[in-house]
Amino acid sequence: MTLLGKLDWSAVPFDQPIIMGTVGVMIVVIGSILSWVTLKGYVPYLWREWITSVDHKRIGVMYIVLALVMLLRGFADGIMMRTQQAVAVGGAQGYLPPEHFDQIFSAHGTIMIFFVAMPFVIGLMNFVVPLQLGVRDVAFPTLNSISFWLTASGVLLTNMSLAIGEFAKTGWFAYPPLSELQFSPGVGVDYYLWSLQISGIGTLLSGVNFVTTILKMRAPGMSYLRMPVFCWTALASNLLIVAAFPVLTALFAMLLLDRYLGFHFFTVDAGGNVMMYVNLFWIWGHPEVYILVLPAFGVYSEVAATFSGKSLFGYRSMVLATMAICVLSYTVWLHHFFTMGASASVNAFFGITSMIIGVPTGVKVFNWLFTMYGGRIRFTVPVLWTIGFMVTFVFGGLTGVLLALPAVDWQVHNSVFLVAHFHHVIIPGVLFGAIAGYNYWFPKAFGFKLDERWGKAAFWCWFVGFHLAFMPLYVTGLMGMPRRLQHSDVLAWQPWLLVAEVGAIVIFAGIICQIVQIVVSIRHRAQLRDTTGDPWNGRTLEWSTASPPPAWNFAVLPRVDGLDAFWTHKQRVLAKQELPVQQHAYRPIEVPKNSPVGFVTAFFTVVTGFALIWHIWWMAGFGVLGAAVTLLAFMFRTKDEVEIPADEVALFDRAHPVEVSL
Amino acid sequence: MTAETHWDVAPGERPTIPASEQETSSGFLVYTIGLLLAVILTVTSFWVANTSVIWAPGVPAGLAVLAIAQMGVHLVFFLHITTGPDSTNNVLALAFGVLIVFLVLAGSLVIMANLNENMMGHSELMNLQMPR
Repeated sequence: MTLLGKLDWSAVPFDQPIIMGTVGVMIVVIGSILSWVTLKGYVPYLWREWITSVDHKRIGVMYIVLALVMLLRGFADGIMMRTQQAVAVGGAQGYLPPEHFDQIFSAHGTIMIFFVAMPFVIGLMNFVVPLQLGVRDVAFPTLNSISFWLTASGVLLTNMSLAIGEFAKTGWFAYPPLSELQFSPGVGVDYYLWSLQISGIGTLLSGVNFVTTILKMRAPGMSYLRMPVFCWTALASNLLIVAAFPVLTALFAMLLLDRYLGFHFFTVDAGGNVMMYVNLFWIWGHPEVYILVLPAFGVYSEVAATFSGKSLFGYRSMVLATMAICVLSYTVWLHHFFTMGASASVNAFFGITSMIIGVPTGVKVFNWLFTMYGGRIRFTVPVLWTIGFMVTFVFGGLTGVLLALPAVDWQVHNSVFLVAHFHHVIIPGVLFGAIAGYNYWFPKAFGFKLDERWGKAAFWCWFVGFHLAFMPLYVTGLMGMPRRLQHSDVLAWQPWLLVAEVGAIVIFAGIICQIVQIVVSIRHRAQLRDTTGDPWNGRTLEWSTASPPPAWNFAVLPRVDGLDAFWTHKQRVLAKQELPVQQHAYRPIEVPKNSPVGFVTAFFTVVTGFALIWHIWWMAGFGVLGAAVTLLAFMFRTKDEVEIPADEVALFDRAHPVEVSL
Repeated sequence: MTAETHWDVAPGERPTIPASEQETSSGFLVYTIGLLLAVILTVTSFWVANTSVIWAPGVPAGLAVLAIAQMGVHLVFFLHITTGPDSTNNVLALAFGVLIVFLVLAGSLVIMANLNENMMGHSELMNLQMPR
């Protein structure tokens, strides 16, 4: 029993040049960013305007920045695996030892799902939902900040595992008995569990926040069936979060009890049941798929309608399909473990439900197609991502229907065919949607558009690279190649794996295009400036305010009397051929006060998580105490709103007239 | 939809239900009635558990009925889940929650029972691990 628990210098992998090199680069990059920020004197600005901000738009932007940074990390893991598999065939051993390769595939999955897809989607919802609903913030602004910073703590802990200790070697779902103490005695699984527990609480709080916001806070007149489709998908997604994430938290709590206190929930002996872990994991895991994909469907709906210049085809069927998926997603989870030993009747039931859930998704695809049919489509970057999604996702979905047949699943389970399938749905389904949304709403967030040329280049690289990288895996999967293979002896697979490697490199080119796109756009922001607040001729309320919107979003809450509220408003103005005389009686607006409570709590949860991972009990106690005191201090705060005087609101509103683009 | 528009009142909208009507489900009287009913149900279940008046195998069923009634009392009198238009959201949320809990519990029970049936018996498993 030492003061630092299990932690000592042997935790740092000095003998691994790849890891130490990465850590070195990370330290240099983070160090130079921090010193640049400090030297330029940006720290007070960052603290005041971003870190302590409880504004949903700022928090949304921070979520997306977090997701983009982690996308780089997750992609680096991905391309390392592709390279290893392409070279380590026959006599060659490649450059990654097995224990490092195992950590990479576990980290890749964990990061891409929890720290790229989730923050990206939640970030978009944060930024867009209150604006589309025509309200001034989410229901619980400070809670929103806490959610974000808890997610960031999870991210930090996961990245710390690179330099101090190790990450899980168990795959991203950490099945026992492999993840039990007996077979994974290291800290890797503990890093996995604690970072996901902490960020999972953040996600659950976000879910509660958004369900409340959407159900209770809408602009006057915005009834349920006048809500934009993105808000509906956000509602469905957050209902799923509220129902599914507690299952994951309870599951991980049980595994933690097994690992820390010698319980026997999932051990092989003493009455534990490994299968229960698998069952509960996918009770969370399948709804999670829809938590991610539904908001992306919402983005595609908004993009298709806006850039076709038509209202969305079949709005009600879209809403119905969304809510149907929301419930049906709880009836299919067994298809993730058809081969675990259930009898044919149980497998058949879940196989059929898995096929049924494809029906509402099909309805959506037809709705998007009919929305575009006969429309005057503008081929902007978000539209390219949307069309790219449709042609790719339909095929990914079809391989999913194949896998829904238990008999087929028995043949290809645990092969790279499965890996190809789920990348084939999640990359177009979630990532394409997130990037479409990022390009679509960027001008709203920052007041200037993203560069189109580089955006299109990025799309084509991603689109071509994706197919090159994953189509070969279907082939090698059918040839019998298992997933997570660090080395193989089958030379026949190598040409396909080399094609996949080329695909990964093309995707890398796409990512570089996206980085260049941001840099070029910032440098040319004067030309790309959006002064109207409505750069795309939009249909929903977020385009009816200035870009970027003020802290209070709307000087006067909009009145909604139909679907596509902003569009109908513009049509009315067009019909009259004159702009309405804006004679508002401005009133002072109360906006929530900034609060460092999210940041400080997250600091203490990182301390707690790190201490628990390394069994430093005094430090864990300190962390819990710190977080509790911070939250208590916050609860005793008496003044939680700042009043923006009516003059300031009026001044801003007159300086930013929202012009109706004729 | 127009007829239902007033059902989901957005903030900023004037409440269409008069204040006097809104009070009905949260007044002092309601809590008192709720408390009384809850106490009666609790006392009855203690009595049912210890009595010999009721046919013994019927006791668990009786307790289950009382427990469900207790849940109902709590929902109506303390959590204010009513049929009124202002609690549509709450009723829907409750229904969604109950449905999901049902799917998760029933599904897990069916799956685990089925796996258990297909498992090798304990003695056979022991034999497999025996050194040859």
